[in-house]
Amino acid sequence: MELLIEYLSYPFVRYAIIVGVLIAFCSSLLGVTLVLKRMSYIGDGLSHVAFGALAIASVLKITNNTLIILPVTVLAAILLLAFGKNAAIKGDAAIAMLSVGSLAFGYLLMNKFSTASNLAGDVCSTLFGSTSILTLSKESVLLCFILSIFVVVVFILFYNKIFAVTFDETFAKATGVRTGMYNLLIAVIIAVIIVLAMNLVGSLLISALVIFPAMASMRVFKSFKAVTVSSAVFSVFCALAGIIISIIAGTPTGATIVACDAVMFGLFCVVGAIRQ
Amino acid sequence: MALISAKDLTIGYSDLVLYRDLSFDINEGDYVFVIGENGTGKTTLMRTLLGLRKPLNGEVVTDGLKLSEIGYLPQQTVVQRDFPASVKEIVLSGFVGRLGFKPFYTGKQKKTALEAMKRFGVDDLASRCYRDLSGGQQQRVLLARTLCAATKVLLMDEPVAGLDPFVTEEFYGLVEKLNREGMTIIMISHDIAAAKKYASHILHIKNDPRFVEKNEYFASGEGNEFSILAENGEG
Repeated sequence: MELLIEYLSYPFVRYAIIVGVLIAFCSSLLGVTLVLKRMSYIGDGLSHVAFGALAIASVLKITNNTLIILPVTVLAAILLLAFGKNAAIKGDAAIAMLSVGSLAFGYLLMNKFSTASNLAGDVCSTLFGSTSILTLSKESVLLCFILSIFVVVVFILFYNKIFAVTFDETFAKATGVRTGMYNLLIAVIIAVIIVLAMNLVGSLLISALVIFPAMASMRVFKSFKAVTVSSAVFSVFCALAGIIISIIAGTPTGATIVACDAVMFGLFCVVGAIRQ
Repeated sequence: MALISAKDLTIGYSDLVLYRDLSFDINEGDYVFVIGENGTGKTTLMRTLLGLRKPLNGEVVTDGLKLSEIGYLPQQTVVQRDFPASVKEIVLSGFVGRLGFKPFYTGKQKKTALEAMKRFGVDDLASRCYRDLSGGQQQRVLLARTLCAATKVLLMDEPVAGLDPFVTEEFYGLVEKLNREGMTIIMISHDIAAAKKYASHILHIKNDPRFVEKNEYFASGEGNEFSILAENGEG
């Protein structure tokens, strides 16, 4: 406990907690939509693209690498969505190619051009986010903050349309909703969330942050609103618990958060089974 | 002028023409059964009437009918079966086409949604989860949602598929009541007996589709033949 209080006196730890909570909050919002629209794999693919973009940014020695990663990931999201509709290249195959392709190129670039002394450590922390959340600069914290607020505001404003498009796209389209535009919006928000979440848990563990809260809440709650609220609370709680445990026990932050998510998911499953 | 006019429609996909030169007029208050074997292009026609896809040739003319006055009851999707949403949320989403740039539903829309739920007897299920309902209840919920969207025309794609005979009869009763109140109904169905009972017109989809008044259809040799086929479970 003393250790925790001592750590909390450092501003970077406080930043980490604020940003962590915000990111966890955002990433849980679209979980239900992604899972039900069978789009959860898009999140996985995009996170690998983000890794590739990060490699490029670090080779180019750009200090605020979000400025590169964000546009590249958003672009990839839009392309994947377009590919998904194209029967010639199956959506999931396209994603698999894009994701392993960018992983390979990302690692190649880092390996060949990186000047850092501890290459393996660098790669590991991008993939698993081992310490990155604690080393965020003040600018990155601000950027994360702005992006999180953006995601939350967009989600609230379009909540009803996102619900309609998720539940029954054909019906929504037939009554005059521009579903193509909303699918695009969903893809862009996912891309933003991925870029945000990469700071928290690293690119390999992002999907966990998106999927665990939604899957857990869907087992217990019976309305879309309740599931959404529960996902958000679930995600924020796990992020907080994960960060605090990682500080006290000295474990990697990202992996600890995801471990908390997994344990909580198990709990929710039990609760869901009892309620049945 | 007719509410919905199809003019020389050619329906199909880029490499496959299903049928050509289909013209018909649907007037206000009509109850049209769209029948025909599987794969003949009934759903495709319905999607064309709704403007969800373009016909290969010809056009659909609607007389001042806005998209937001048409309700569509599509075939159920796999996604919906385990969707965590309450009945109330789903019925209310019928108004989504009328939201425009507004983010939230109005109090009046919520009231209308409640009335639609009452009408189909699902108001006491309002906070129940959609995936926990029976097939018949789910279909009534979707009908209530469609009613929120539709003020003039209802298009339904095999609404009674998978329902037991009792629930099916009940469903037809609800639809007939809507029709008597002036709602135009266009329904895809394999249920020839119901078509004989409720339809005003029959649209038989095949290589050479026909749109005729019901009695005329069933009096014709073709209508007779198809209904015998259908009743033997081959249609």
